[in-house]
Amino acid sequence: MWSFFHKLASPKHFYRISGKLIPWLGAITALLFVSGLYFGLFKAPPDYQQGESYRIMFVHVPAAWMSMFIYTFMAVLYAIHLIWNIKLADVMASSSAAMGASFTFLALVTGSLWGKPMWGTWWVWDARLTSELILLFLYLGYIALVSAIEDKRTAARAGGLLILVGVVNIPIIHYSVEWWNTLHQGPTVTKLDKPSIHPSMLLPLLLMALAFQCYYFTLVLVRARTELLERERRSAWIKELFG
Amino acid sequence: MNGLASAFFAILRRDLMLAFRHRGELANPLLFFLIIVTLYPLGVSPDPELLRKIAPGVIWIAALLAALFSLENLFRGDFDDGSLEQMLLSPQPLSVLVVAKVLAHWLVSGLPMLFLAPLLALLLDMPSKAAWALETTLAIGTPLLSLIGAIGVALTVGLKRGGILLTLLILPLYIPVLIFATNAVAAAGAGMPVEGQLYFLAALLVLALTLAPVAIAAALRISMS
Repeated sequence: MWSFFHKLASPKHFYRISGKLIPWLGAITALLFVSGLYFGLFKAPPDYQQGESYRIMFVHVPAAWMSMFIYTFMAVLYAIHLIWNIKLADVMASSSAAMGASFTFLALVTGSLWGKPMWGTWWVWDARLTSELILLFLYLGYIALVSAIEDKRTAARAGGLLILVGVVNIPIIHYSVEWWNTLHQGPTVTKLDKPSIHPSMLLPLLLMALAFQCYYFTLVLVRARTELLERERRSAWIKELFG
Repeated sequence: MNGLASAFFAILRRDLMLAFRHRGELANPLLFFLIIVTLYPLGVSPDPELLRKIAPGVIWIAALLAALFSLENLFRGDFDDGSLEQMLLSPQPLSVLVVAKVLAHWLVSGLPMLFLAPLLALLLDMPSKAAWALETTLAIGTPLLSLIGAIGVALTVGLKRGGILLTLLILPLYIPVLIFATNAVAAAGAGMPVEGQLYFLAALLVLALTLAPVAIAAALRISMS
């Protein structure tokens, strides 16, 4: 078990193993998406209150989960990079950032599309929305910093530090915005947000969440492989691989 | 320990002396602070009722921007003339030395804001209770701004055009400070208790005092490598 992880941490083995893994992950992702969308869009009954438009939740909720998962995952990867100096952790983390930002953006856009017919407004300065927007800013700040630094290794360490500082901030932002707004107005989301969900809706939601998760892992492996080829283009194993 | 303390005070004294030799620059962040606040009655509305309502936010946003503006040069001079490299090489822990620099920065830019704030509270027609809360939040909050901001400055000091990037990195990290501080001031103005928000700000300050110096030192090492 441990030797497997040790092997995985070396770029050469990672490249080989991920190459075998990607087609499988891709197939699972496609399967999950098809079944999730089928159950979500055709099988699940319309909501008694919101009609058909609640179905946007099947994209919105997984995207929001992914946006938070990826940030946390990046922080873990950078902690690993910081402690054990494993190159691969940084490659994975920096390949994740753009996807994290996209999921955050997707969650904001779908939320706003849903908000217009439901709440009658595209945007409210509510706790969840505001903390999600700040999460987007954190991702964009990281991407800007990493792309501003020429040297890849310096960029990785600087970006990692920023992500780790930012992770201290995330729970603070999340809760602070909640306390901050409850003084001004009653909670509007939390009431709508906690209907006891029926299994016929929960199943597609979980399928979609899994599909998003697999989609992320497939794509991040593809990106990490490309990144590895670029960074290690002078190393022996790549020369061996491509002649 | 003695060596550490003397290194700490040597850097503090040096930075303060440097600041007082450039007396003109010393006033710039303060003027910036004042001017930003002045823009609101001109740009939004001179209506005292409205001004009183938005005053905490206006003053605090001006304080954030002024801190950002003044922080930009925190490590720039030392980076350019090589004394930052000397600090990295010194036998004393870098994280303690940067605290001296941040403290010096706060003494010349954050502390004067405290003296200017009552005037601004007057200009924006804030009730006296809210003005007191504003003073307290600024007293706890401005060192926080210096500490958090210094992490971003340390990360961008090696880059040629770090200014806009710095804004992008630091302002999202400033948001919790902004939220708790303005909330406390608004609550005080409405006659509500503000201890909760103040304790939270103080907790943030303790957290920043313990963790930020380590992060600043690490960021400097990354930038100098």
